[in-house]
Amino acid sequence: MQLASHPFKELRLDRMSRTFGAFNALHDVSLSIRKGEFIALLGPSGCGKSTALNCIAGLLATTDGGIYIDEKRIDQLKPEDRGFGMVFQNYALFPHMTVNQNVGFGLRMRNVPKAEIAQKVENALALVRLQGQGHKLPGQLSGGQQQRVAIARAIVIEPPLVLMDEPLSNLDAKLRLEMRTEIRRIHNQLGATTIYVTHDQDEALSLADRVVVLREGSIRQVGVPHELYEKPAHIDVAEFMGFRNHMPGKVTGRTGDRVTLSVAGSTIAGMASEDVKPGDDAILMARGDDIAAAKAGPQTLAATVETIEYRGREFVGTARTADGLELIFHSPTLTEIGSRISLSVNADRALVFAA
Amino acid sequence: MTDPDRHKNSLRQRLALHGIDGVTLMLLPALLFVLGVFVYPFLYGLVLSFQPLEGGGALANYKKFFSDPFLYNTIAATLRLAVPVSIIGLIFAIPIALRVRLLQRQRLLTTILVLPVTLGTVLVAEGLLNYLGPQGWFSRTLMFIGMVDSPLKLTNNYWGVFVSLVITVFPFTFLLTLSYITGIDPALEQAAATHGASSWQRFRHVMLPLLVPGLAVAFCLTFVQAFAVFPSAVLLGAPSGPTRVISIAAAQAAFEQYDDSMASSIAMIMAAVQLLVVLGVLAIRNMFYRGSTAGGKG
Repeated sequence: MQLASHPFKELRLDRMSRTFGAFNALHDVSLSIRKGEFIALLGPSGCGKSTALNCIAGLLATTDGGIYIDEKRIDQLKPEDRGFGMVFQNYALFPHMTVNQNVGFGLRMRNVPKAEIAQKVENALALVRLQGQGHKLPGQLSGGQQQRVAIARAIVIEPPLVLMDEPLSNLDAKLRLEMRTEIRRIHNQLGATTIYVTHDQDEALSLADRVVVLREGSIRQVGVPHELYEKPAHIDVAEFMGFRNHMPGKVTGRTGDRVTLSVAGSTIAGMASEDVKPGDDAILMARGDDIAAAKAGPQTLAATVETIEYRGREFVGTARTADGLELIFHSPTLTEIGSRISLSVNADRALVFAA
Repeated sequence: MTDPDRHKNSLRQRLALHGIDGVTLMLLPALLFVLGVFVYPFLYGLVLSFQPLEGGGALANYKKFFSDPFLYNTIAATLRLAVPVSIIGLIFAIPIALRVRLLQRQRLLTTILVLPVTLGTVLVAEGLLNYLGPQGWFSRTLMFIGMVDSPLKLTNNYWGVFVSLVITVFPFTFLLTLSYITGIDPALEQAAATHGASSWQRFRHVMLPLLVPGLAVAFCLTFVQAFAVFPSAVLLGAPSGPTRVISIAAAQAAFEQYDDSMASSIAMIMAAVQLLVVLGVLAIRNMFYRGSTAGGKG
């Protein structure tokens, strides 16, 4: 069984589900992935993203639904018969094998001739920029290098699909950024269809062609990064995309997409994300950088500064309104803790969701 | 400027840096025990073995042992039992441990498998004497289903001792193997599977090489246990024939001929043989990878 040998058009998840006893880890996940696409499965821990990946890899059986490559159903196949490459969170390199043996593992299992293995391993190591390290054991490499070996091991078999399970979460911040660029570069070079699991929205937005946001085992939204970032369709997705200000209020008026709410005694406008009418309870969501100190006036909230920290170029602070609503704001200047300020909300970028 | 406490403190600190503190005193009972019950008797026996009862030079007992086939053949007889028993123990333990690792009710099965340890060698030997004997259920069942015509001879020979030894050492081998197997990161097997390794290839290329060092240690410990076989060799075997093991020779020298010196020599030879086998196995172990069995950072 060699899936790699015949090119495919799409990988399709059809109402893929997985339960653990009474717990629905994954519920009716349907998704169509085109060849060459880089898909990020994004969500907080426990949202089912790793379950989904393990089901696709065949390490976990689905309890319902199907997985198809074009018209061929693959969810009944054993993991070794699917022909995918996988990069694990803790790398899962074989500690007793050298880098060369690790990378060549999939080829050896497929009885590829030795000379061909050596050539392919060398090419894969060159691709992940680990030339000349082939004779070392994984234990002699740094975390970043180990992850490069794991990536080389996954791509050397030229799989139709590469699965990555939070591959950067064990690396330090600097290396994580570096490897992120590397993964994107390798993907651009090879064009391998990739499913990438992460809980880090930055990673998902910067790497993926399309991002799938999972929550409680179901898909909340699928879209290109820009779309998700600017127009989260669901309040959960908005929270995940950095809309950290959560302002409950009552809708007082609506003109087109422009909605006004009464929030903490002030009238604030925002863009409707869901269908809300005057009189409804709603929630205004805004990013910290869309709330700034301003002169008192319309579209502002009066609050007392509680914390302020320097983030380079600007300050980020928290302030609390008289009725206890906490707001995160950005400010170009240092504001005293305890001082009273007015915070204006960018009406074009704040989103209104039904409560 | 001479502050006595200051000096005292620095000594205490220096000791603590070497891991010596108040708790270290708890070592004393164990240390005394080892010295009194192991080191002293061992040295006493070693010296005694060079003082033969009937004279003839310091090495007379050893010369006697290695010139009398009735004596030196006991080494081979014991090895013929202990080596296959240890290997069979491992061959049984590995697949069961691989399976048990994945089970939900691991503890229950482990308890059942380990139960024979609590029975003691004598009880197992007595039980097998009845079960495997000419009138035992085993032969009767085989005759009933027509596989054999006459009772199999499974007691008072090699096989009786072999079976009882396997039963008594298995739990021990199994527990050791299980702990080694559960120490291997499950992600390694998953990685092997996704990269195309069949279940046999996963065992052969990933699990087994990582297990070898642990299995070598398990073999050594089992072997040393089996090498000291005595009760089952007497009760179930042919103590003057094929299962005349080395501990029987030592017991006869000590309690039938009252030759403590000869018995000590035999005990020393027994220790030397065990040491050689263990060193040999550990040397083989050194040829394999012995590092961490994790697949990377945890």
